[in-house]
Amino acid sequence: MSDGNILEIHHLSKTFGKNVVLRDIDFSVKPKDVTCIIGASGSGKSTLLRCVNLLETPTSGQILYHGADITDRKMNAPAYRAKVGMVFQNFNLFSNMTVLDNCMVGQVKVLKKDKAEARKNAMMFLEKVDMAPYINAKPRQLSGGQKQRVAIARALAMEPELLLFDEPTSALDPQMVGEVLSVMRALAKEGLTMIIVTHEMAFARDVSSHVVFMADGVIVEEGKPEQIFEAPRNQRTQEFLSRFRQG
Amino acid sequence: MSLPQDFMGRIGYLLSMYGESFLIGAGKTMIIALVGTLIGCLIGFAVGIVQTIPVSKEDHIVKRILLWVIKLILNIYVEVFRGTPMMAQAMFIYFGASAIFHYNMSTWFAAFFIVSINTGAYMSETVRGGILSIDPGQTEGAMAIGMTHVQTMMNVILPQALRNIMPQIGNNLIINIKDTCVLSIIGVVELFYTTKGVAGALYTDFEAFTIAMVIYFILTFTCSRILRFWESKLDGPDNYDLATTDTLAHTSGMYRYPDTRKGEDA
Repeated sequence: MSDGNILEIHHLSKTFGKNVVLRDIDFSVKPKDVTCIIGASGSGKSTLLRCVNLLETPTSGQILYHGADITDRKMNAPAYRAKVGMVFQNFNLFSNMTVLDNCMVGQVKVLKKDKAEARKNAMMFLEKVDMAPYINAKPRQLSGGQKQRVAIARALAMEPELLLFDEPTSALDPQMVGEVLSVMRALAKEGLTMIIVTHEMAFARDVSSHVVFMADGVIVEEGKPEQIFEAPRNQRTQEFLSRFRQG
Repeated sequence: MSLPQDFMGRIGYLLSMYGESFLIGAGKTMIIALVGTLIGCLIGFAVGIVQTIPVSKEDHIVKRILLWVIKLILNIYVEVFRGTPMMAQAMFIYFGASAIFHYNMSTWFAAFFIVSINTGAYMSETVRGGILSIDPGQTEGAMAIGMTHVQTMMNVILPQALRNIMPQIGNNLIINIKDTCVLSIIGVVELFYTTKGVAGALYTDFEAFTIAMVIYFILTFTCSRILRFWESKLDGPDNYDLATTDTLAHTSGMYRYPDTRKGEDA
């Protein structure tokens, strides 16, 4: 079954009280896949992503990571999360640390690297996102776009096998959106496996290898970006994309 | 030398006769307040951290019951010691220890014990508030890079919580400096007890307590200024250096936040 898939999701459901947020979700991620999840707000995209990182506990269903079910209670959640990075809408940088420390703390405390190596590694990724000059700054001294680029470097410094993005540009102004998206494009080009929840349709079409359209907690349609964006089969996908396709 | 008639003269007389006693009393007050606040903070952190341990339905039943019992005991501790006067606690503990356990504690030990445990009760709620005040997003950020709850607390949450509750720690220290006076009821010879003795010896209540007022104020005011200074040190500099090799770029001190120069150049 798991023929080289990093992640396989089977019959995943999530309810908050009586509110069903995700219903019978199935999809899988292969190495180097860039999966974009699109859909209206409240369709369950972010909850799905948070389930993948176990920030939410799924109500039922399986999430297989290299064939092992991570929803099993015996699974070591922190060890799994160390391999699956996440970038948040609100950055969630540690405000008591400098930019450099933000990118080092996980390597030192979780991966138990020595400080010199962690620093070298952090600098490499901070250079990649163009934030190397700001290593001494605290998060409160940075703009939104800069914060998000640091957050991406922090996630990359853990050298994750899979990186999750939860609406990484939704809290940014258009110029900052551009700087963050260009970093993400570069990562996609390098072959990093990513799942991206986004409202940036042009970006999703250009970058993704696979697009998932969600509505009301279910996957309505999924496929290659050309197919979803140029010739959506489902009526709800057509409606959702109609404004984008006209523009 | 007999007691002068005028107010200032009497003050001078008291100081020359009993200055050393006042200083010793003030010293004892400070030692009790400092040690009590320090131990109280440690108790407060321990209790506050335990109170904020997350419990989820997936956890093992034994762990959940154990945590529930511990949290219940801690809640009782906090409510009892916050909800009764320290003066009554002092009597209750000091005489209770000898009556029930036949343990005659020294007044010094009683003083440290009572102030610490009292401060701990207040501080635990303060620490809990400090921990809850940190944006849960940072906890998620820490979880997302694989940190455990303990690692998240030690590296991310507690350093920020400590900074946020510094004003409250200062408050507690100042309250403790003043409230040590209730320990005079069990015979701790601190500043208040000393003053009462001096006042009674020469029937100079007003003069003696004027001196005590001034000493108490000097102690509390000095402490509050020192703590303010420490707070600003904890905040670190407003500026940061750009680490760049580009000689044309702005480097040290050119970027500051918040921009305090606004208005000067505008």
